[in-house]
Amino acid sequence: MSPLNRLLRRPEAVAGAFILAVLFAMALSASLLFPSDPQAIAGPALLPSFQDWSLPLGTDRLGRDVLAELFHGARTSLAVGLAAATAALFIGAVVGTLAGFAGGLVDEVLMRITDAFQTVPSFLLALAFVSVVGPSLGIVVAAIALGAWTGPARVARAEVLSIRERDYVAGARVIGMHPMAIAFREVLPNALPPVLALSSVIVAAAILTEAALSFLGLGDPNRVTWGGMIAEGRTVLRTAPFLSIVPGIALVLTVLGIYLAGEGVVETTAVRRSLS
Amino acid sequence: MTRALTLIRRRLVGSIFVLLIVIIGTFLLLEAAPGDAVDAYIVSTGGDAGMIELLRHRWGLDQSELTRLANYLWALLHLDLGQSVTFSRPIREVIIERLPTTLLLMVSATALSFGLGSALGIYAGARPGSFRDRFLSIGSLALYAVPGFWLGLVLIVVFAVDLRWLPIGGIESLASDKTGFARAADIAVHLVLPVSALGFIYLALYLRMMRAGMAEAWRQDFVLAARARGLSRRRIVLAHVARNALLPLVTMLGLQSAQMLGGSVVIESVFAVPGLGRLAQEAVASRDTPLLLGIILTSAVLVIAINLAVDIAYAFLDPRVGASEAGA
Repeated sequence: MSPLNRLLRRPEAVAGAFILAVLFAMALSASLLFPSDPQAIAGPALLPSFQDWSLPLGTDRLGRDVLAELFHGARTSLAVGLAAATAALFIGAVVGTLAGFAGGLVDEVLMRITDAFQTVPSFLLALAFVSVVGPSLGIVVAAIALGAWTGPARVARAEVLSIRERDYVAGARVIGMHPMAIAFREVLPNALPPVLALSSVIVAAAILTEAALSFLGLGDPNRVTWGGMIAEGRTVLRTAPFLSIVPGIALVLTVLGIYLAGEGVVETTAVRRSLS
Repeated sequence: MTRALTLIRRRLVGSIFVLLIVIIGTFLLLEAAPGDAVDAYIVSTGGDAGMIELLRHRWGLDQSELTRLANYLWALLHLDLGQSVTFSRPIREVIIERLPTTLLLMVSATALSFGLGSALGIYAGARPGSFRDRFLSIGSLALYAVPGFWLGLVLIVVFAVDLRWLPIGGIESLASDKTGFARAADIAVHLVLPVSALGFIYLALYLRMMRAGMAEAWRQDFVLAARARGLSRRRIVLAHVARNALLPLVTMLGLQSAQMLGGSVVIESVFAVPGLGRLAQEAVASRDTPLLLGIILTSAVLVIAINLAVDIAYAFLDPRVGASEAGA
């Protein structure tokens, strides 16, 4: 049975994959279906849902099309989540490999730095970073990655510690390969699977952090974000709770989809590994 | 006992290095922020170029970066976090004023997530693979996917706006002059929603860890031995399986403290709870970087202290820990 077939036999994983597919479709079609600026006024303010079919989900406090905002928000959430997670996994893998492979003082210093980053609440760190450097999409990605690389670093280090004693690493030393080349060309690729297993959790956490940052008004002001939509709706929470609740549901489904799909992939590959 | 003491000493020395790195990090962020303390002071009081020059010299801001770092460390050694421009008061005073509220929120939310989470985890893990096990696993995953601030807003809509059962925000009723027990009850009522919003998110974490730990414990020989001795299933679950799965959760308690502190920023903002988290948001809004970094340093010290306490507790609970660590 192929891994894909095994994956499709798990109902949770299928549900997760379906949610993710819808999400990607939303993000990719946002500019096609809603080519005009989603932050522009599209109709009367606070139009309820399902009344005007050109504005199916109604409008917000400023008369912006909620459905268009939802589509464009999916794009921001996915872009920030994926970019921040990629950056975090990359930094973590490099730091963990260096620490585990070099050992000694390098290991000690790098791990104390990792400890320091884990000691500071990552959300506070992101908050401080964005508020000092100024909110833009790139800065938000960097701020989230700054608090998320420590987990991958620890996992990579632990894996490298066990790999560096293997025969093929000793072989690479004997033929005179440069230690850096051994670390990054021989050891790192083999240490990656358990690190990559963390990716779904990290993408999910990154999306939630981005939402919380834009909820507090620290997102990129030129982009629609679900967190920003929730904050916007909060001002009319008593009269139109719908405006805060809808983007929140989108967030929950997104994160849940990532968890479910990620868990499915990890479990099927774990089964394959234990079988082989 | 000596092993536990060795462990504590090693952790204490390590913590000092970690704290030093955090301090250097906050110093770099402070340097990167546009404007310095003098700019902030001049904006609020007014003054000319000569005044700026004089103040820069007097506050040592015209010296080299290394000297400034040394000055910063020296001030921190005296627990001096500097002056907050927004509050026109020493940052230390403002933080100490707000800290108890956040601690109360954190302790209550931790008690809720740890207590309910591990209890549900035992319930799910008692029969691995059963319907209730699968239901609780998926359900907790869904809960873990909920952003805390949004859960807070939904709770407000349902319980404060629609049902009017609970207050919409704040930590106690304004100008109520309540004292003693009545005041404590008032604060408790105000805390129900924020504690739920913060605690329910992390509940899933403890539930899933407990369940995973129990699944592991079921495969151990001592469970087979307990069965062979003819112990009841209930006794095996509680006294053997759950008990062994509980220890890793204690470590998680320490690791989660940093996440809880971060989460309290948004939760306190949603519910207008005057704690450290809301202070951080106020500092961001008024661009008071020294105050924000003071909060970060305080949080770091808090997290280090909590983890140290958890490590010590662990060393006493499980003698194997001290043995391997001290011997290494």
